[in-house]
Amino acid sequence: MSEARPTDSRNAILGKLRAGRDAHPLTPPESDFTVLRDKRWAPSERLDRIKTMMEAVHTEFLETTEADWPTAVQDFLKAQGTRTLLYGTATEAGQRIAAAWADGGPDLVPYDGPVETFKERLFDGIDAGITTTLGAIADTGSLIVWPTPEEPRLMSLVPHMHVALLHADQLYDTFWQAMTENRWADGMPTNALLISGPSKTADIEQTLAYGVHGPKRLVVVVIR
Amino acid sequence: MGETSVNFAKASTTALQDPQLRANFRRAMDGLMSKRAVQFADSREWNAVRALGASVRLRALSKLPELLEKLEANCTRNGIRVHWASTTDEANAIVLSIMQRVNAKLVVKGKSMVSEEMHLNAFLEQHGIESLESDLGEYIVQLDEAMPSHIIMPAIHMNTKQIAHLFKQKIKDAEYTEDVAQLTDLARRILRKKFAAADVGISGVNMAVAETGTLCLVENEGNGRMSTTVPPVHIAVMGLEKVVEKLEDVPPVISLLTRSATAQPITTYVNMISSPRKDGEKDGPREIHLVILDNGRSAIYADEELRNTLRCIRCGACMNHCPVYTKVGGHAYEAPYPGPIGSILVPQMEGLGKRGELPHACTMCNACVEICPVKIPIVEIMGRLRAEAVHPGDAVKGAGARASKAEAMVWKGWSMTYASPLAYRFATGLLAKLGNAAPTSLPLLKEWTNVRAKPRFARRTLHDLAREKGIPDV
Repeated sequence: MSEARPTDSRNAILGKLRAGRDAHPLTPPESDFTVLRDKRWAPSERLDRIKTMMEAVHTEFLETTEADWPTAVQDFLKAQGTRTLLYGTATEAGQRIAAAWADGGPDLVPYDGPVETFKERLFDGIDAGITTTLGAIADTGSLIVWPTPEEPRLMSLVPHMHVALLHADQLYDTFWQAMTENRWADGMPTNALLISGPSKTADIEQTLAYGVHGPKRLVVVVIR
Repeated sequence: MGETSVNFAKASTTALQDPQLRANFRRAMDGLMSKRAVQFADSREWNAVRALGASVRLRALSKLPELLEKLEANCTRNGIRVHWASTTDEANAIVLSIMQRVNAKLVVKGKSMVSEEMHLNAFLEQHGIESLESDLGEYIVQLDEAMPSHIIMPAIHMNTKQIAHLFKQKIKDAEYTEDVAQLTDLARRILRKKFAAADVGISGVNMAVAETGTLCLVENEGNGRMSTTVPPVHIAVMGLEKVVEKLEDVPPVISLLTRSATAQPITTYVNMISSPRKDGEKDGPREIHLVILDNGRSAIYADEELRNTLRCIRCGACMNHCPVYTKVGGHAYEAPYPGPIGSILVPQMEGLGKRGELPHACTMCNACVEICPVKIPIVEIMGRLRAEAVHPGDAVKGAGARASKAEAMVWKGWSMTYASPLAYRFATGLLAKLGNAAPTSLPLLKEWTNVRAKPRFARRTLHDLAREKGIPDV
């Protein structure tokens, strides 16, 4: 095999594309986003729709309040037999959890070092991970999750259960609305995610199975 | 041409005689078609979002070279290293050189059709690197040492029983079970160990956003997120047409993609990656490489009509609705892309000499065109490629490779006969008298009578009967 010469290939490819396009320019039709702009739900309907859509793909919901949510989460996890909960210590939510956590489990595990320092434990010894969200989308029933240094990417992926905090006043109609209103294009994070349920597959004869690689359970904690 | 042509006719005949295979496809395709129809039940919404999706793809194609440069600039600014490959050999060499630099022994792969185009697994294995598919369907197909038979559901040709036997046979200590949850859990346990141990993760790209330098991946399983987050190095491979101009172009295309592909309003995960791990971040790969592959696409792009092939968002709906694909299955095409889109894309990539048969794997029923979410005129392109295959030219690789003197003469004779009343009357008169006596084994006629009954000719021609009724010849 001949050695690939990247610069040559780059210029050859772009040159060919330019020549092809300039010989036959293409005038695209206007992009009319009205169909997305007009997708609206009354504020009171959004959460119901999100719940209906996400429950249809096995998401669980926990309703609570701003004052009580850390206790509600702990009670829920205790009842599920969860032994360990991965959390971010530096977020406001993490501090609330640490302050409110009573004895009797599950054990809180901070994600406070690079993944290389605790990969084994992450993959083998963690039952659940808890993260915040930036809201949810009514159209598709999706959580918006932007991982941060305080809440790293694998928290919502590797533990068998993902617990996600959702503020009931942070709901959008569409994905398009969420990204345009918040001007995502001005600065995308390292990783931005939409999460619409627990991990699933239908690769064996179209039969749905949950928890193939990512979390087996997704629990959304709705905070009013 | 000197190339060996791939024999679709032979492969499809074999496939048609496999009742299990046909039942597996029939069941799956019927389910997919009816579920998709529910997703697009509102025809006003379907028309509007489809027009928007098509406009996004056409706008991207109208500025393709500029958008690729912008994508490169923004990815580079974000810390993603961009590589360009004219051929699949070059793309493989780029991937290998990255692997060798980081001394990689184990690779986990998310689903990528471009990597199938590259035959990347086989290539890496030749160089002593274990390349493991992590999408459950791809994992099954890899265990079976087969090719994907569908671009969205790679193992759709197999039923649960067949997969249960495969797992029992190929996985150490696996117990035989037909319980899908247990089979899935077995794969989960094996693959999680591999994600944690892998040196490199490889993925495809559903869309790359020029405006922000963002790679978008949609998936349900979480293996795509695992492959792009856990290993220290992530390599994404994409066909050069996968770029879109703006971030706001992503939502309509994703909506069309997931609804058309698997009838889901959205996949479990939409994964948008814009940079490797930054200072202070605790996970994510330290290096991300984006390999932009041409492999014949720039030649397709040069032709005003054929260019429309590059609108494709790889949803697979055209296969699910194709009366040919649903009967013969994906393997008969012997190509990374089967079905209608494969029948127009693969011949353009690999040449009409080798793949000139594929545009004929079509009844021109237009079902694929009606459901294509970005309105690709698949059937028109199919017709164009049939013509290109018999007329030497330079618009398509291998144009003219299927030109046949006998076929050309038949058409010439047909056209002359129909242009001259005298010749027409003579020919039809002759067929009325002698047609039924012609043996079915005559050359050319044999092509038809091999699989169909020979038509019976009436004893008298239509002209003859009309004359008897007093209708004069013109």
